[in-house]
Amino acid sequence: MPEGLPAGLAALSIRGLGMVFERGAASVEALAAVDLEVADREFVAIVGPSGCGKSTLLKLVAGLRRPTRGEIALYGRPVRGPRSDVGIVFQSPVLLPWRTVLDNVLLPADVLRLPRAEYRDRAAALLELVGLAGFERHYPQELSGGMQQRAAIARALVHDAPLLLMDEPFGALDAMTREQMNLELQRIWAAQRKTVMFITHSIPEAVFLADRVVVMSARPGRVLEVIDNPMPRLRTLDDTLKPEFGELVRRVRLLLGGHGVAL
Amino acid sequence: MTAAARRAALPLVVLALVLAGWEAVVRGFEIPGYLVPAPSAVLAAFFRGFAEANYLGHAAITAFQAVAGFLAGSALGIAIGVWVVVFPTAERIVYPYVVALQTVPKVAVAPLIIVWFGFGIESKIVIVALVSLFPVLVNVIAGLKSVDQDRLDLMSALSASRWQVLRYLRLPNALPFVFAGLNTAIVFSVIGAIVGEFVGANRGVGFLIMQAHYALDIAGAFALFVVLSIMGVALHWSLQWVERRVVFWAKAEEHFRG
Ligand SMILES: Nc1ncnc2c1ncn2[C@@H]1O[C@H](COP(=O)(O)OP(=O)(O)O)[C@@H](O)[C@H]1O
Ligand SMILES: [Mg+2]
Repeated sequence: MPEGLPAGLAALSIRGLGMVFERGAASVEALAAVDLEVADREFVAIVGPSGCGKSTLLKLVAGLRRPTRGEIALYGRPVRGPRSDVGIVFQSPVLLPWRTVLDNVLLPADVLRLPRAEYRDRAAALLELVGLAGFERHYPQELSGGMQQRAAIARALVHDAPLLLMDEPFGALDAMTREQMNLELQRIWAAQRKTVMFITHSIPEAVFLADRVVVMSARPGRVLEVIDNPMPRLRTLDDTLKPEFGELVRRVRLLLGGHGVAL
Repeated sequence: MTAAARRAALPLVVLALVLAGWEAVVRGFEIPGYLVPAPSAVLAAFFRGFAEANYLGHAAITAFQAVAGFLAGSALGIAIGVWVVVFPTAERIVYPYVVALQTVPKVAVAPLIIVWFGFGIESKIVIVALVSLFPVLVNVIAGLKSVDQDRLDLMSALSASRWQVLRYLRLPNALPFVFAGLNTAIVFSVIGAIVGEFVGANRGVGFLIMQAHYALDIAGAFALFVVLSIMGVALHWSLQWVERRVVFWAKAEEHFRG
């Protein structure tokens, strides 16, 4: 956790962010002028039509790609490249098939040269948290897609980065596990006071988890509107049955062009 | 009989039929043994060779040359491959010459290598190393370079250094490719050892084959081909055994072969 920051400084500040992919003669404008501020310890969910540039936005924030236009700052410092105080869950699990599940979770510790012995216990605890206790010595290819994604989540948490970037992390999970993971993620976020940028295509999931839901337009992606969810923490699954929850879901859905149709 | 047993038995049945037909044709048409020997004559020569002509000792020498050259050439191929990928300038300077060298048939260079390294096993090991090097090198380079962007992003996101990316990602990623190269190289290695022995040697299976040819002992030559086949298959299977244990994660993936 960055200490001694000026009060009110945004964890993440995005200004006029634009991204154009050049492919030979053709070019694809993925993002057009995205502006967004995320406060420290805030949970922000991003929803938008597929192909609107959500994953691109995440990679830009992570410093994995250079934007065509605009600026990104993390805790007041401009992003010029990747930084290790960010935990990322990619859209696909991206586990290394030659490492056991435990060793995959320990990859950040290995790369960041953190004491392995110490982080071993932490990694094991995280695997238990995501429901993978007993699978430490298995290889990723022996796991289902949903289990692989949960291992990837444990990996993103292992080095205790203050900022978590998650790209549709629960997309591969069944409904039951997904609800459990939502509750678990909320608990982790609340207990460890992390800042989270969470991409999802599930509107109820976005509303359930987020302090604010950022709704993006179709490509080229812009921020259409940001919707606050003031419902108190910690939220329970029963909260999703309340009228104000349904109202928030309906507002997001209307912005995305769905006409009250269930998603 | 189970389906697996039937599948295994089929090639053996075909082999038996081919051998029986071959035997019948040689006997029926009274084809002279110095043109095409009958399978029974080859079999007799095979056992006589082991009993009287020290086939085992010669085979051991050829196998040793093949394996030693294979190991040296592969190690060199891996080292050059890593070097060339880690330092792209090296690739631009060195690689064209490596390719140019590869286009020179090793058979043409073999006499020179015998002159330089002598009649003994050293010259054979050098020849085998030269033929083994290239398929391994090409595959190492391909394997080190063909890394998923997602995996590179994963390493970048952790601010991994170039060496860490090599150690944690590129090298293990290259292993299935390396084995594709090794599988080609192991076959080449036996050919290389035999070529070396043809050009100049006084021991080894290649030397025995030359002797058999000079003596018009064609059954003996065929028996030596059988020895070489057994050697090749044994080396191939040993390598597969190692491969299954080292790259356990890559089951039926297809890899580039040079
Ligand atoms: N590396 C790339 N090269 C070219 N086009 C890309 C690249 N990455 C993404 N795009 C394009 O940018 C657009 C946004 O992609 P992405 O950020 O993955 O969308 P989302 O995650 O919202 O579904 C898509 O049209 C996609 O085809
Ligand atoms: Mg995406």
